[in-house]
Amino acid sequence: MNKSVLFGALTVAGLAAGAAAAATLDDVKARGTLNCGVTTGLVGFAAPDANGEWKGFDVAVCRAVAAAVLGDATAVEFVPTTGKTRFTALASGEIDMLARNTTWTFSRDVDLKFDFVGVNYYDGQGFMVPKALGVSSAKDLDGATVCIQTGTTTELNLADFFRANNISYEPVPIETNAEGTQQYLAGACDTYTTDASGLAATRATFENPGDHMLLPEIVSKEPLGPLVRHGDSEWGDIVRWTLNALIAAEELGVTSTNVGEMATSTNNPEVARLLGTEGTLGEMIGLDADWAKRAIETQGNYGEIFAQNIGEETPIGLARGLNAQWTDGGLLYSPPFR
Amino acid sequence: MSTTTDPQGGTFRLSMLLNDSRYRSLTLQAIAAIMLAASIAYMISNLLANLAAQDLNISFEFLGSPAGYDINQTLIDYSSQSSNLRAAFVGIINTLLVAVLACITATILGVFAGVLRLSNNWLVRKLMSFYVEIFRNIPVLIWIIIIFTIVTAVLPGARAYLGEDPERNMLAGMFAFTNRGVYVPAPFFTTGFGGEEGSGLNWLLVIGVLIASFFATRFVTAGADKKQAETGIRPNTLYLNLAIWIVPVAIVLFILGLSWDLPDPLANRFNLRGGLQIGAPLIALWLALSVYTGAFIAENVRAGIQAVSRGQTEAASALGLRPNRTMSLVILPQALRVIIPPLISQYLNITKNSSLAIAVGYADITATLGGITLNQTGRAIECVLLLMLFYLTISLLISAFMNVYNNSMKLKER
Repeated sequence: MNKSVLFGALTVAGLAAGAAAAATLDDVKARGTLNCGVTTGLVGFAAPDANGEWKGFDVAVCRAVAAAVLGDATAVEFVPTTGKTRFTALASGEIDMLARNTTWTFSRDVDLKFDFVGVNYYDGQGFMVPKALGVSSAKDLDGATVCIQTGTTTELNLADFFRANNISYEPVPIETNAEGTQQYLAGACDTYTTDASGLAATRATFENPGDHMLLPEIVSKEPLGPLVRHGDSEWGDIVRWTLNALIAAEELGVTSTNVGEMATSTNNPEVARLLGTEGTLGEMIGLDADWAKRAIETQGNYGEIFAQNIGEETPIGLARGLNAQWTDGGLLYSPPFR
Repeated sequence: MSTTTDPQGGTFRLSMLLNDSRYRSLTLQAIAAIMLAASIAYMISNLLANLAAQDLNISFEFLGSPAGYDINQTLIDYSSQSSNLRAAFVGIINTLLVAVLACITATILGVFAGVLRLSNNWLVRKLMSFYVEIFRNIPVLIWIIIIFTIVTAVLPGARAYLGEDPERNMLAGMFAFTNRGVYVPAPFFTTGFGGEEGSGLNWLLVIGVLIASFFATRFVTAGADKKQAETGIRPNTLYLNLAIWIVPVAIVLFILGLSWDLPDPLANRFNLRGGLQIGAPLIALWLALSVYTGAFIAENVRAGIQAVSRGQTEAASALGLRPNRTMSLVILPQALRVIIPPLISQYLNITKNSSLAIAVGYADITATLGGITLNQTGRAIECVLLLMLFYLTISLLISAFMNVYNNSMKLKER
């Protein structure tokens, strides 16, 4: 008995480093739930609501994948990860996919051996300051104390920005958004920097959001997107095309309310292929014909997800900006479903 | 009557490995050692196989590439363009700084609390018991966070001290207490090596003079001891020793042109500039480690004192020694033999617990090499191996050093 416990513990310890299973799809199906890595709590992107149910823009991507693969949008096990733990969690197989406003960079894609499957939010790094400080530009921040989430690309962008402008700052490294908020509000730092969307989401949770402002400078490109492990292209395809299906659905005018009707009555061949009434796209990707239909039905198209979680009607109040469809002057552009 | 029998004729059969009590324990030990070695080998080969399966390898090349991030407390030159190795060194120095500071204050605090816990004064005794029980029974991480929260919540923001007409004035025009840390005047040398820029040589010189003073006072004290042994009269060495400590170092500081750099409230609109900033994370970590470990040391000291037999105290008073002389000349020297071994492990604890720095954003080795560098390069295994190597080395060094001290203090048997 004791020996078997010991060996069990040893095996787990040994395997924890990774055994990256090649067939993630089979694992997910056998398990019946999708393990999806999200933030520890960023309202609008991923945070548990009053009933303890995870809600948000990134959460919707997880749920869409679960709906496509398992036919059940609630069959998701959300694993909260910090900026530091997220990559280890994905590499070790603890989670099947990571949807945690993670910036797509060369080294993460190539050196850390991950596959970014697309971009679900085009972001950039901004600065939040109290209005009372009287700062109107990030270039005025010479000598300021800056709160920064450690283990993120923002940490490096910050160093680059201040170096390029030949001004100095003092970093205050923090672990989670909650800790950053606390330090910023206590005045332990003059400004808080992270992705502009994250700042907007954080500001929305303040008691007096009007006392704080985002500076106009966006100092970096932060294309945020879901990612999976290297080496399992079938699984990567599923996540990539589920995201594309949400984006294409908006472009094609398919919404959560009309998806059923569109599936049967459409005369647009691309919509028919997307929703599985024509062609064999579902079979090619290793799922059934209704995979994309289920994802759209349960989560809505990209525009609906955006409006529901972070859009201008919500307290976070983000404009579509770069995240509009290419037809509206934005960057969202799904490859064709053919 | 004997339960064991002598072996008949010395023939050895394989079954005797298990059945014969002379061999059985050896057999079991051998089996356990083989199993341990096999499981370690299995884990290492599994790790390597998994790394290979993920197309990863072990490489330390990242140490030479630019770190890319900034650090808020750097005692050596560092910028975001410095290498990851340099960032690791910054972290090592920060770890050692807080460990040394905390070891010193924890020892002082612990010795005082331990002695006072045995005081005849009821109030003092109870207060010290209260201190020990409160501080050692709450995890040190909680103390670090509590102290950090108090510092950031209670002290005013840095901006309260800024401008022509500040809300608060600096204490004596030199000290500012803000929630980002305490600003104090920083010493520098105007005419020393390296000119206005300064150089580490100046400080080495000052430290060298202090060390020389230390040995000189030892020499004076030894001379006084000898005189006392010969004549029974102890010459008063206090003034001579004070002069040896103060005069040479004062002369050196004067020659080097010691000057003070005061915190300047007008140079910047966000923070005080100049002076020496003792950051809030350092204060929180230092205080928390000191008071927490001090409580343990107090208990060690109390145990050590109580281990000295009561007869020693009585004999000392019979010779006419006053109570505090009894404590410093008779009790404590004997108690040290009992105190030092557990004190070593408390020092090791301080060094290892300093890795909790990450909770308050103090840039120690765990935060730089094991935190940001690990994250930005993704070289988890390499970084963790280096961290293990560092803590192991430091702990063994402290241990070795304290063992030497212990050997010099322990009862010499002739």
